[in-house]
Amino acid sequence: MSQDFVRRMPSAGFGQTRTVGLGEKFHLDIPIILLLVMICAYGLLILYSAVGQQTAPVVNQLIKIGVAFGLMIVMAQISPIFYLRIAPWLFVMGIVLLIAVLFVGTTVNGSQRWLRIPGVLNFQPSELMKLVIPMMLASYFHDRHLPPLRRHVFWACVMIFIPVLLIARQPDLGTSLLIGASGLLVLLLAGISWRYVFSAVLAGLMAAPALWYVMLDYQRTRVMILLDPERDPLGAGWNIIQSKTAIGSGGLFGKGLFQGTQSHLDFLPESQTDFIVAVLAEELGLVGVTLLLILYILLVGRGVVIAIQAQDTFGRLLVGTITFTFFVYVFVNIGMVSGILPVVGVPLPLVSHGGTAILTLFAGFGIIMSVHTHRRITL
Amino acid sequence: MAEPLALKDHTGESRIFFDRVTLGFGFLILLTLFLVARMFYLQVLQHDLFATLSDRNRIQVQSLPPIRGLIYDRNGELIADNMPTFQLTLTKERVENLDATLAKLDELVGLSEEEIESFKKRMSRRQRPFESVPVLYRLTPEEIARVSVNNYALPGVEIEARLVRHYPNGELMAHALGSVRRINEEDAKTLDSVAYSGTDHLGKLGVEKFYEKKLLGTVGYQQVETDARGRVMKVLDSVPPRPGQDLTLHVDVGLQKAASEALGDRRGTVVALDPATGGILALVSKPSYDPNLFVTGIDYQSYAELRDSGDVPLFNRALQGQYEPGSTLKPFIALTGLMTGTTTPEFTIHDDPGWFKLPNNSRLYRDWNWKKDGRGGHGDVNLQKAIYRSCNVYFFDLAVKLGIDRIHENLALFGFGLNTAIDLPEARSGLLPSRDWKRATRGLPWYPGDTVNIGIGQGDMLVTPLQLATAVATLANRGKTVVPRMLKSGVELPEQAKAKQLDDVEQVPEQFWDLIFESMGMVVHRGNMGFGENGTAWAYIGRNIAYQMAGKSGTAQVVGIPQGEEYDEEELAERHRKHAWFVAFAPIEDPKIALAVLVENGGGGSAVASPVARKILDYYLLESRYKVAQLDD
Repeated sequence: MSQDFVRRMPSAGFGQTRTVGLGEKFHLDIPIILLLVMICAYGLLILYSAVGQQTAPVVNQLIKIGVAFGLMIVMAQISPIFYLRIAPWLFVMGIVLLIAVLFVGTTVNGSQRWLRIPGVLNFQPSELMKLVIPMMLASYFHDRHLPPLRRHVFWACVMIFIPVLLIARQPDLGTSLLIGASGLLVLLLAGISWRYVFSAVLAGLMAAPALWYVMLDYQRTRVMILLDPERDPLGAGWNIIQSKTAIGSGGLFGKGLFQGTQSHLDFLPESQTDFIVAVLAEELGLVGVTLLLILYILLVGRGVVIAIQAQDTFGRLLVGTITFTFFVYVFVNIGMVSGILPVVGVPLPLVSHGGTAILTLFAGFGIIMSVHTHRRITL
Repeated sequence: MAEPLALKDHTGESRIFFDRVTLGFGFLILLTLFLVARMFYLQVLQHDLFATLSDRNRIQVQSLPPIRGLIYDRNGELIADNMPTFQLTLTKERVENLDATLAKLDELVGLSEEEIESFKKRMSRRQRPFESVPVLYRLTPEEIARVSVNNYALPGVEIEARLVRHYPNGELMAHALGSVRRINEEDAKTLDSVAYSGTDHLGKLGVEKFYEKKLLGTVGYQQVETDARGRVMKVLDSVPPRPGQDLTLHVDVGLQKAASEALGDRRGTVVALDPATGGILALVSKPSYDPNLFVTGIDYQSYAELRDSGDVPLFNRALQGQYEPGSTLKPFIALTGLMTGTTTPEFTIHDDPGWFKLPNNSRLYRDWNWKKDGRGGHGDVNLQKAIYRSCNVYFFDLAVKLGIDRIHENLALFGFGLNTAIDLPEARSGLLPSRDWKRATRGLPWYPGDTVNIGIGQGDMLVTPLQLATAVATLANRGKTVVPRMLKSGVELPEQAKAKQLDDVEQVPEQFWDLIFESMGMVVHRGNMGFGENGTAWAYIGRNIAYQMAGKSGTAQVVGIPQGEEYDEEELAERHRKHAWFVAFAPIEDPKIALAVLVENGGGGSAVASPVARKILDYYLLESRYKVAQLDD
């Protein structure tokens, strides 16, 4: 597998002169760090409001961010070659853990998602897969001809669907779809023919009615509620009605920080986690939401630039996929809270209260920085 | 199979990747703009709608029900109070399994199908989540204890307190006070929903009904900010409720008790008035019922028992019962005779055989002491004796001489045939017959024979005990009429009270009043004069009496007695026996109390009803606080 000569090729077209800055030296990317700090700070402010101006949950979240930040720096120090090499092993380990979850996992809210070794470990293998799938596929295509050949696409699809099905069995449809999406993103970025893409989309649309029959009752309810929340205003429709009310009542400039009534009077459910953007929209209005979206776009933009500048297939695909997946989370969360997507449990990246997700996200940015700062060739 | 040449086209790969990634980024920008557009739609275009929804969420207008006015008796004793009662409520969102919780509650306190049904109906009318809904009203202390002990196993189940009407004297005051009842769907249609928001009860009978508007008070409200669980976070604006006005009634609980005890277990009624004001001092109707049962809704079985009882405890005999006045009417007929000059104090009849006959008619109108062997009769009888011996023949004769028109005209002066009660909505008007009445109701002319019976208070004439007591009060006042009323003070009497006031009975010379007073005094006090000369009631109540009392007994027939037969109590079923009447006022020289007593199917008025009257007067004149107050002066 020695392809070192390949790596010595100059990266295509982006040969601007680069100076090795402070960040580069410590394998860090200053724009990403700045944007992460800004988004996290903004998020902590909203969280502070959402929890009713208590300090403890904010400090708690800050510690988690700190730990995640540390993880990111560690991840950034590791060379991409290491990720490339361990990807298949991580993938196999992930599959084993996912199978283990189905048998010995802890059930929370009717879903078996957690592996728990008391006092030692307590995590969701599906969370790990969010990084491992892109890594695995990127490493798979790294060695292969691009655009991918048909049988490579086939095997890639197998690699995607095994974990997707395992996670769907937990059941955790939201995560399984997101992980599937991240896998498909790799294919897309690898240059899979548009013919495949369009026929897949078409097939998906045609299969949609059939999908209705395999969905579980609660999933159907969520779809129906999206179409008409008023059918059960006090039950299943409550969340979406109240979150739209919170957003809409915020108006252009919002009711003022800490002045949101929907959130502080508990009309808004999950206001610290999945629905936190409604708190922002209520208190800081359209202006506040747009500001957050701009920060996200800048962060994603930076990821795109890094992906383009990456010097090999593995780096490109991995960075591109992690970046786009990040945006998918943002879109799905805000789309769900504002009533254009069904309610699935996707937190708002970097802003929602919660530990595991933030670790994965920062780890992802660590990998992005690693790709960006471990270059064989400096032009 | 030959592998394709594994040589990578790096420039091509980079170009494809660059295309894809920029395309992806462009798509992502589009999606972001779509999100912004969605937010713009919600936050700018639909802002007004959602701002309204948000305010409606958080701002609740809560009504603050006023506290119902209290009711006191003349001595300041509380007779209608407000007490906290406890109701069981359930908050659906905090209950894990509704059916299991209801089953558990059924185990603890017992829930009927109907109760569960109506609970579910209330549940479906909820406005928002976390609103508690009543399951059971009026918990007993035992039920409260049982639910409390099991509270740990019943999340979402709570016990809430509310103020509701309470009648501390229970059935003693039921017919005097009336009562409030739970507002039902029928009431809700006609009630002012604003004034009654937050109020569950409505005065449906008696004083509670008549003074409903004053007792109710004015509802207040507060605008509050609540959280999603309905907890009040802060009060934004509030108008406090104004409590209902308190009332003081003329009724005297002690006298009421004395009257009730004097009646004992017999069916009957007592109405006692203060002649000076018309204030009702006691209003007893037995058997009675506990009005507290009705306050929060009586169960069907208990209600059916009350409703179907042959003793009709729900029936207010004092106000709604219409009876023949019997001989208690005689003093009024006598006055009519004197006023019209039809008779004089000196005029005397010879009542030897004990019967009266109209000219050209064979029918005998018998005196009460008539015997088949002809040994009845009262001998020589003037007006005074006609009253204290209750001689029928004298009044047959007088009635015929007066004629129905003059009888009707003059008895009406005392309120007969009229409902003059102000604040007793259930009161009836009785019946004072006239030519017009008979023609209108029966299509028949008035016969002289009809007049004969009216002379002794029988025939078609009907009075209510309240009416008779009021007429006695007018008599005791020497013609100054009074309007019977419950209210002593607290609120303004309505205008219609004045309209009900009858003109005083004037142009009756003092000596005629004196004569009637004296005659009625003899009914009670004239004794030991030898057979045939004692007052009819003397043997029963006339001895050892510390004050001068005027009285008149009466018996009202329930079944007509066929011609030529003696009346035999033994032969008549208890329910067909005569009603015993006694009317009285005392002291004669300065009447402080006038009353009417009726014992249903009691038999003779003097024997049965007069001792009841004596006990009541003894209490009022000798024992009561009225007496104590007099001594203090």
